[in-house]
Amino acid sequence: MITLLLILLPLIGAFLLLFLKGRPQSFTKNVALVLALSEFLIFIYAACGFAKNKGQLLFSADWVKELGIKFQVNLDGISLLMVGLTSFLIPLVILSSYRVAYKNASVLYALILFTQSALVGVFAADDIFLFYFCFEAALIPVYFLATYWGGERGPKITFKMFVYTMFGSLLMLVAFVTLYMRGQTADIAALKQTAVLLPPALQHLLFGAFFIAFAIKMPVFPFHTWQPDAYTESPTPATMLLSGLLSKMGVFGLIRILLPLSPAGFKDYATIAIVLSLIGLVYGSIIAIRQNNIKRMIAYSSFAHMGLMSAGVFTGNLSGIQGAILQMLAHGINAVGLFFILKIIYDRTGRRDLPSLGGITQKAPVLSVLFMIILLGSVALPLTNGFIGEFLLLKGVFDFNPYFGAFAGLTIILGAVYMLRLMQRSMFGNITHNTENFTDLKTSEVLVLAPIAAAVILMGVFPNFFLKISEPVVLNLLQLAK
Amino acid sequence: MYPIVILSITGLITLFLGFLKSRKILLPATILFLLIAVAAGFLDWNKPGLYFNAMIDINNTSIIFGAIILITAILILPLSAGRFDDETAHPAEYYAIMQMSLVGAIIMVSFQNLIMLFVGIEILSVALYVLTGSDKRNLRGNEAALKYFLMGSFATGILLFGIAMYYGATGSFNISASMALIKSSHEGKIFFWIGIFFMLIGLLFKVSAAPFHFWTADVYEGAPTFFTTFMATVVKTAGFYAIFKLISVSFSSEFAVWSNLIIGAIVLSLSIGNISAVYQSSFKRLLAFSSISQAGYMLLSVIGMSNQSEESLAFYSVSYSLASISAFGVLMVVSKNTLENGRPNESISVFNGLLKKSPFLAVILSISLFSLSGIPLTAGFWGKFFVFSDAAYRNLTWLLVFAVIMSAVGIYYYFKPIIAALFKDTENSNTIEIYPAVKVCLFLTTLGTIIFGLFPNLVRSFF
Repeated sequence: MITLLLILLPLIGAFLLLFLKGRPQSFTKNVALVLALSEFLIFIYAACGFAKNKGQLLFSADWVKELGIKFQVNLDGISLLMVGLTSFLIPLVILSSYRVAYKNASVLYALILFTQSALVGVFAADDIFLFYFCFEAALIPVYFLATYWGGERGPKITFKMFVYTMFGSLLMLVAFVTLYMRGQTADIAALKQTAVLLPPALQHLLFGAFFIAFAIKMPVFPFHTWQPDAYTESPTPATMLLSGLLSKMGVFGLIRILLPLSPAGFKDYATIAIVLSLIGLVYGSIIAIRQNNIKRMIAYSSFAHMGLMSAGVFTGNLSGIQGAILQMLAHGINAVGLFFILKIIYDRTGRRDLPSLGGITQKAPVLSVLFMIILLGSVALPLTNGFIGEFLLLKGVFDFNPYFGAFAGLTIILGAVYMLRLMQRSMFGNITHNTENFTDLKTSEVLVLAPIAAAVILMGVFPNFFLKISEPVVLNLLQLAK
Repeated sequence: MYPIVILSITGLITLFLGFLKSRKILLPATILFLLIAVAAGFLDWNKPGLYFNAMIDINNTSIIFGAIILITAILILPLSAGRFDDETAHPAEYYAIMQMSLVGAIIMVSFQNLIMLFVGIEILSVALYVLTGSDKRNLRGNEAALKYFLMGSFATGILLFGIAMYYGATGSFNISASMALIKSSHEGKIFFWIGIFFMLIGLLFKVSAAPFHFWTADVYEGAPTFFTTFMATVVKTAGFYAIFKLISVSFSSEFAVWSNLIIGAIVLSLSIGNISAVYQSSFKRLLAFSSISQAGYMLLSVIGMSNQSEESLAFYSVSYSLASISAFGVLMVVSKNTLENGRPNESISVFNGLLKKSPFLAVILSISLFSLSGIPLTAGFWGKFFVFSDAAYRNLTWLLVFAVIMSAVGIYYYFKPIIAALFKDTENSNTIEIYPAVKVCLFLTTLGTIIFGLFPNLVRSFF
């Protein structure tokens, strides 16, 4: 029941906000924030109940009864973490836009909450069609966000993203329909039993459909061409949603859908998928090093990180998958933090290119300290949140194939190169005429960055807390795959 | 059976209502007549039977399809509010002809005898030829009507030829008669197969499936938008159920023969419809090509021929009709005051800046196009889902993948008007006036699209 509430609250909140059109901006902002925070509180309550009583998180109702399609949601360890990430980040996304006057702000916040509702639906769905529904539904509000509030080139670029990802999800729909016709059920748990017995040739096809769908979403090389432009041209809230949360649906889909529902395909084609992911990882990192546009640089870094997560899942071993889950949380948090800092820099200087920046530390010490912490999390310094995830991922890839592991290890060096270059060129060095009048963080900005920085450190110091939650589910999954 | 009788009578009554001075009564009266017909149709609910010497077969399915057709017509009618105000229009005739064409449509969904199928198609088609050319002084309309008439007659001839072959092979016009033949010898079947082929070609023409689609774009564009809407929705629903019924009753066991024709039509409809639609700048032509591609999706359900295909087809018809009415309705309202070379501007750019001028219409347009492109939370998604399931039932995976790729193309062009309406600006400051009746009608169709998108059971529970 609580899970249902987690889906419904943002949905109802979104409609509420639509009716607040025309009210002063500050009012709608506060309403949106209160809604997002209360969602977070409900999540905390659900998480507290998680250990004690699992039954209360399940909600099931008939949807299309004749076809056995159910509206069934539940939270297991992995979903709990992902829903937690969602409900942690959405308030921050809302808060991050506090100092900007958007036109039609109430609609903007309504769209953010719509996205949240769909995301929780994706992470909690127990039914393939509910999963598909929410998977699609999460994209639509973000598409409108990115197009309406985006830059000059916005419509064209976001449209490319939209058609591209829609195409992927449609392939997933075909795979779902095929599975459903074979198993005569839409329940993910029941379909696992069906999938094992399917002929390998069919499983290979299913693997192809699922892989393309999720690879476009994450994105994985060579399906990434929509991503850098979309991240760069979208308004910051949309970029945060895309990089922090929507891309995670892809990795989550690999774990929840692809691995159990096409086990033979997973076994036979994992190597190819890992090779593609690793190519993306190194390729993305190298391009990121060459970028001068800071938003584009972080976009490519996101692409590189997603490659490593995808490779980790495809290793099919415990450390790879656990690493991917932890890294999803870490990257989600870090990406939102980084994109917010880029926005702060852009709002004050009007520039996004590295050469015209510099010396911000002298003007804004608080900003640069927080920036440093989040950045080090991204670089995966020990005791930050990126470290354990990346370490487990690399270990997973290494166990799968040592050469792949060595290749993937390049990410540590390359990641450090572009991230530290970003830090050095923007924060240190001489003050330019663009950064002359740079002011330090305002309260609302600190309120966004402080929780993120705290999370970076806390997750780095106590990773076991999170790993413990998802471990039983992953073990169960691996058992099934064997 | 009652709707056939009632609409034949009310059609005549409507003609006489035209003598009255006030034209205002025509529209409400027509809607009332249709409502009566819908209600009367349900008198036969759960009382299946054959009527008129086994010419007409009434059962629950045919009642539902009849009701879908009539309700579609009821939802279309309010769009005509304010259309026929000028002196030269003859609204009484148009409304009467529409009611009579509905008689044809209902016969098409409840035929038991091939002669009735032929008669039904002719009643529907002849009425539509007239309506297409109803804007007498419009050259395009005249051209469209003539084109439609010539090609339609030709297709009817082919259909009739098929029926003759069928009669020659089975010795009967009854669609159940073929069962005995199918069980018997192989040699005697050749005429039967030719019959199947030609009958299907004739019917595929009517539902504008490729490669028999050439009339569609010109006729849709030339006809007054109000009648285009009628044509696009009612004919599709009736035609598809006729195809489905014909195949399922008389030669479902000859799958190997007819499936090739249908699969060919699916592949061509999907590719020609979707790819041509990408290059259209006129919204009406875009919807015309989209209707060709939608025919391809509906044929997926026919090819499946599973025990759920009837429901899928009904659901698809409903979702397609609702979305088409909204899309054409918005076009009618928006293009009304934008004359270009003396004709309403019906290009996609007419929607530019619609969000600012009328958020209501912009939202309606977006939702209807979402539904046509099959995006979740709209009825169109479930429609696509059901027909895909039907095709999956036959294990036609390659066809499914092809259909999916074409759906992605569909998203591309369906979003062009949405982008124009929501994100583009316009310098043109025409005001948009919406008649209350039109507003209610558009609201209802959109509401239906969303409700069926959330609760697809509502249609299926009738079966």
